[in-house]
Amino acid sequence: MPAVGFTEEQIKRYSRHILLPEVGGVGQRKLLQSSALVVGAGGLGSPALLYLAAAGVGRLGVADGDVVELSNLQRQVIHGTSDLGKSKALSAEASIREINPDCEVEVIPERLTAGNIRDVVRRFDVVLDGSDNFPTRFLVADCCWFERVPLVSAAVLWFEGHLMTILPGEGNPCYRCFIPEPPPAGIIPSCREAGVLGAVVGAMGTLQTVEALKLLLGVGASMSEHLLVYDALDCTFTRVRRKVDPGCPLCSSHPTVTDLQEYEYTCVVEEDVKG
Amino acid sequence: MGQAERTAPVQQVDLTGQVCPMTFVRAKLHLEQLGPGEAIEFVLKEGDHMRNVPRSIKEEGHVIEAVRREGERVYLLVRKSE
Repeated sequence: MPAVGFTEEQIKRYSRHILLPEVGGVGQRKLLQSSALVVGAGGLGSPALLYLAAAGVGRLGVADGDVVELSNLQRQVIHGTSDLGKSKALSAEASIREINPDCEVEVIPERLTAGNIRDVVRRFDVVLDGSDNFPTRFLVADCCWFERVPLVSAAVLWFEGHLMTILPGEGNPCYRCFIPEPPPAGIIPSCREAGVLGAVVGAMGTLQTVEALKLLLGVGASMSEHLLVYDALDCTFTRVRRKVDPGCPLCSSHPTVTDLQEYEYTCVVEEDVKG
Repeated sequence: MGQAERTAPVQQVDLTGQVCPMTFVRAKLHLEQLGPGEAIEFVLKEGDHMRNVPRSIKEEGHVIEAVRREGERVYLLVRKSE
């Protein structure tokens, strides 16, 4: 039986994609030839990496400088108990390879900084931001804008999730049109208060992946002009319109942010302890 | 183009050994390889194949030009949408 451009194993593995009119063999080949960078192999990054691998995205980048801790396992489902103490990026790589040997994995087992992020981001077709702090979020968002790489950004706190897509340079709002600067310390809940339901994070990471796959396939409508708000307690989804800010520090005609910025990351609890 | 040339299949693909939904998966992959308006003949079995595959082929916009039966085997001549 001729494989028409796929191996026998690939035809079986991706059969449920091939059946979709929006995907087919043509779309599956697109995915196999595409690449995605996931920043953070944590609560959002875990389902993202698992589903991107399952979907057959040909090359995945995993950027995370942390190690697996016990408190992570409540939501970071790409890691297991036997991975405690290991590099999250390397732990994620092992899970990805187990799911799908078709995926090439590029491991970046270090924190992304203004000094290293451009070289990483420009190697990928899309970026999924699963970071857990505003300094990294702004760094990733600014870099994707400068490098013209589409970004799917999600965030979760308590029982609420947010999701948006940023398509650089196409007249759509950027990240800073929505949040111009990182919030001041004290506005962000302290680590003690930043509880979250694991499955809510999983839901948002999965939704992030759906948006990324749609971009790679070139199907459906993106979240480039809206913010999706998921209220898990009420089980409601709300779309909020996002608009270009004419005074945006990044994408306006007179930007004040013209290069990557390193914001200081502080945990309010540590500040309390230091007194 | 003469009638004989128009209905001559480019290729015959035997799908009788396949179990649904893999039958249509393989049919679809073969159809993707064709140019617009080109033809292909699929060999199917009565039963699940004939309940599912012709409908799926038509839903994708292709045309079933002829159906020929020889015992348990069904020969489906399909022309890819233009």
